Amino acid sequence: MPTDLRFGLDRRVILSDPLHLESGARLARVEVGYETYGTLDPDGGNAILICHALTGNQHVAGADPRTGRPGWWERMVGPGKPIDPARHFIVAANVLGGCSGSSGPASIDPATGRPYGMTFPVITVRDMVRAQAALLDHLGVATLAAVVGGSMGGMQALDWAVAYPQRVRAVVAIATAARHSAQNIAYHEVGRQAIMADPNWRGGDYRIDAPPVAGLAVARMAAHITYLSEAGLTAKFGRRLQDRDAVSFGFDADFQVESYLRHQGLSFVERFDANSYLYITRATDYFDLAAPHDGRLAAAFANTATRFAIVAFDSDWLYPTAEARRIVRALNAANARVSFVELASPHGHDAFLLDSPDLNRVVDGFLRAGE
Amino acid sequence: MTALRPDLAAIAAAVPHGARVLDVGCGDGALLAALRAEKGVDGRGIELSGANVAAAVARGLSVVQGDADTDLGDYPTAAFDVAILSDTLQAMRAPDVVLTELVRIARTAVVAFPNFGHWSVRFSMLFSGQAPRTKLFPYEWYESPNIHYLTVHDFETLVTRQGFKIERRYFLAGSRRVTLFPNLMAEVAVFLVGK
Repeated sequence: MPTDLRFGLDRRVILSDPLHLESGARLARVEVGYETYGTLDPDGGNAILICHALTGNQHVAGADPRTGRPGWWERMVGPGKPIDPARHFIVAANVLGGCSGSSGPASIDPATGRPYGMTFPVITVRDMVRAQAALLDHLGVATLAAVVGGSMGGMQALDWAVAYPQRVRAVVAIATAARHSAQNIAYHEVGRQAIMADPNWRGGDYRIDAPPVAGLAVARMAAHITYLSEAGLTAKFGRRLQDRDAVSFGFDADFQVESYLRHQGLSFVERFDANSYLYITRATDYFDLAAPHDGRLAAAFANTATRFAIVAFDSDWLYPTAEARRIVRALNAANARVSFVELASPHGHDAFLLDSPDLNRVVDGFLRAGE
Repeated sequence: MTALRPDLAAIAAAVPHGARVLDVGCGDGALLAALRAEKGVDGRGIELSGANVAAAVARGLSVVQGDADTDLGDYPTAAFDVAILSDTLQAMRAPDVVLTELVRIARTAVVAFPNFGHWSVRFSMLFSGQAPRTKLFPYEWYESPNIHYLTVHDFETLVTRQGFKIERRYFLAGSRRVTLFPNLMAEVAVFLVGK
């Protein structure tokens, strides 16, 4: 059988149709960067879509060819894992607005021949989901056995069940919420303002060799704090000093936690586009599944036949358990088949990316129940 | 059916084939799993313990971590054929409210509880002068999850007072059925309650 070039690692496709965005704008030429693992069953019943978080990408279980970093969710996806290419046909795509192969503000605007920058239309989680649906059309996947994601990926997974209820048999939404809270928006705004305050940002038209790395690094540092827990930070760093025996009475990174955050910020700017960060954080701020239903979240899920697994971590204060319970309450009110568990972890929001045998056990059992 | 506890077997016997079932306080899902396998029910569960929920979900059951005292209000009226409350009523903060919620959510509530009127409990209290510790109630008073002690008579009184109907009742001592003097002889009572 000849190799089907649609399938495999590090693929790109230009969608056959323009994308009509929630804002009313229209994107004429949309490219999607994606990867697939495993083989689509003849009946097409074994497809699982993995949705990545804010700064993730399509390289979920294979090394990122640009950075060499291993797949970001190899604990969950891979041979012998709950999502297994031996059983599943796995699709992971870079989100619309991203900077890892999908159309975003760094892409070339065909109308001008120059990068979109801030002329890229504002996108939403729903727009990301629509781009993924168009990708699945291209891949010949009619319905999904499951959509799985954590954090912003969990938002996409939930939104899949709302936007395409007939195409999704199960949703696994981890460490996520059905809306962004004031606090979530506030932290994102700090990050965006840090980027826009960087003189190199230049209204979004930064030079390719002089991007606003200082602003983007600060944005990442602020956000990174929200991914950890206070107990986790205390255990990892406490008040320990970095390579010195006493404080310097200056503004060097005296403390280990400062050094760590600076490292997080600096390594992030090498792999992420500042304008993409603006657009994607905006998309999550706009996310509120209940908004079209006068705040009644249950109405968003009315008559759903999809099964749901909602997982929260007890030390996650970015998307706390209360937000997960709000989703569960709505799904119960909608008579949906829902499972929910709050898992214990000291690692805060990032727990979903780290080693969690309980998470793997829950996801594995939940997925197998539908097979 | 895989060796269910006698009280769970009595509950399972009361559940019709293909019913929509909510098991409140479902533990690790043993009863729901048996009902799914043997009776093809569409089962859901609520359970307080995260470890139990993880075990139940890993079995492929739809179980949410939650508290029956606060979370039953989330379920729509008449969403289920049967709501099961097994070995849990005595641990609820507001058992009367929970019973009302069960009867609202489901056509039939199946309620099973250990009978505090059993002779062994009465003897234990009478002769020791201390909070009873028996096979049925094995905990020290300060660590017991049981915060409301009720007898067969107490439950029947509550059902009458709430204006509900007892559709059926079973009494058990070990795996034996009890028919005479259930308030004295039953270790476990199983009631089917409807509107």
